[in-house]
Amino acid sequence: MSSTVPGAVKRPGRSQQPRRPKGRRPGGRGWVAPVLLILPTVIVIGVFVYGLIGSNIHTSLQDRHNIGPSQGFAGLENYRDLFTDDDFIYSLRNLLLYTATFLVGTLCLGFLWAWLLERKARGESLFRAIYLFPMAVSFVASGVVWRWLLNNAEGDRASGLNRLFETLHLDFLQNPWWTNERWGILAIAVPAIWQLSGYVMALFLAGFRGIPEELREAARIDGASEWQLYRHVIFPQLSPVALSAIIIIGHMSLKVFDLIMAIAGQTNYTTQVPATQMWIEFTRGDYARSAAIGTVLLLIVAVLIVPYLVSTYRQERRR
Amino acid sequence: MTTTDAIPAAVASRVPGERSRGIWRTIKYVLLIGFALVVLLPAYVLFVTSFKGIGDATPTNAWKLPESWETAGWVRAWEQLGPALGRTFAMVIPASIISSVLGSMNGFVLSKWRFPGADVVFTLILFGMFIPYQAVMVPLVQLMGNLGVPSGVPSLIVLHVVYGLPITTLIFRNYYAGVPVELVEAARVDGAGMLRTYASIILPISAPAFVVVLMWQFTSAWNDYLFALFFSTSQNGPVTIALNFLASGQLQDYSASMAGALIASVPTLIIYILLGRYFVGGLMAGSVKG
Repeated sequence: MSSTVPGAVKRPGRSQQPRRPKGRRPGGRGWVAPVLLILPTVIVIGVFVYGLIGSNIHTSLQDRHNIGPSQGFAGLENYRDLFTDDDFIYSLRNLLLYTATFLVGTLCLGFLWAWLLERKARGESLFRAIYLFPMAVSFVASGVVWRWLLNNAEGDRASGLNRLFETLHLDFLQNPWWTNERWGILAIAVPAIWQLSGYVMALFLAGFRGIPEELREAARIDGASEWQLYRHVIFPQLSPVALSAIIIIGHMSLKVFDLIMAIAGQTNYTTQVPATQMWIEFTRGDYARSAAIGTVLLLIVAVLIVPYLVSTYRQERRR
Repeated sequence: MTTTDAIPAAVASRVPGERSRGIWRTIKYVLLIGFALVVLLPAYVLFVTSFKGIGDATPTNAWKLPESWETAGWVRAWEQLGPALGRTFAMVIPASIISSVLGSMNGFVLSKWRFPGADVVFTLILFGMFIPYQAVMVPLVQLMGNLGVPSGVPSLIVLHVVYGLPITTLIFRNYYAGVPVELVEAARVDGAGMLRTYASIILPISAPAFVVVLMWQFTSAWNDYLFALFFSTSQNGPVTIALNFLASGQLQDYSASMAGALIASVPTLIIYILLGRYFVGGLMAGSVKG
């Protein structure tokens, strides 16, 4: 859970501040001081984010498959190799399945929990704390218990959840979990959903609390049914929160690594994703291929993030 | 009852709803408690298994309480994780403090003491928060080597500060955006410069944002595994590395692994229990008002 984002959520209708007349902004006397103050960050981010992305792309275009120096420029050769490699295609497919499941799971559970709690339920803070606590735990620590819970043995040798299903006479639910070649990756989404649904709940709760009571009352007085109230008042008000949740969970999901390392280990085939393959190539010393996988991941994440950042930027400008 | 028509719709709808409301309340609490039990299930397993003796952690006894409560697993876990815990504190505390202070200054400059192009700069910084670190990892290992930053705690402090800057900047910027412009203007009229305005006006009201940011940075650095894997070893690395080493050994020492997972989670859990309120509050400040 290295980089979830509490405040990343942006809401278009943020509190309107009076527009400042041009030239009368605070610090209008000079912009040298603020620039100096932020300069260290700009330099550091420039080097460690943008510079290194450039350098990584450069490495990915080299013929550099061992710890020695580059054997020359290879063009897109490394990328061509990746996309003709069945294992890499399989890992991309795994990533997609995992992301879809993780997103749907956390959004549904998060919304449901927030919805159950939003109307001053008794013991609200206790439930909230219980639902939220898995988020404080590292994927590595939760991986320890989930590896046990998702033990693939069935029948007499069954342990973990399979054993629980047997005890509850729900044997048909027993399954090989993450060792299944086709759907194994979905088993990894289960602990991820367990861990982050509470976070999505907190986002939605904040969203619910942000809806003015007068809006609901007005709709009720207009004779809106409960469904119409949700359809026309509550859902539209919550959609910026939902979008934020999708961005945050989506980008976390595309980076999934810790959980797989902790539950299945790096060499397990059924749970391969680009991040684990990147690590394996790196330990082999195949820097070019490792860098190419990193770039592919960046492009996938960029598809999700760049439109979001651009629209955020536009909203900022409009203020 | 011809008069029903005269009763405002809001009141009328309340009368027949009385009974269904009771049923609905029951369903609601059944669901809430059911979900809470499911969420707590792994915690139960961790706790119970950590106290089991070697022969007790069999499939048949999987979900049962320990036959006798043994602490040997805890002792084994502590022996393996103790030194790593110390290193993790030594890494996380400076990393979260430095990135929070820098984030606060950045947030101030980007919201209340702006300069031309501040929005572009902010958006470019923000992008750093979302990148998969795999996309910089290969050259990053090289760069850190060239800079001569030693592997282990020093490297990890640098990395968590650097890659923590976007999120800390974001949270502070959103928080400061809610501070009335007049406050800053007043200081400016009084002739206060940028740094004095920051120190005397902004910093004193920043406590809530600092709580959220410190909590966030502490948790994410504490729980980090990716950077730790690339920039430390089991000899000089943080607790996530030590725990994974303990748990993925050939001999599946379940009681020690589970005790280890609990030990490794105690600091962040305490923070959430003590400061969880502020976290949710901070979410609201960051998301809804932000």
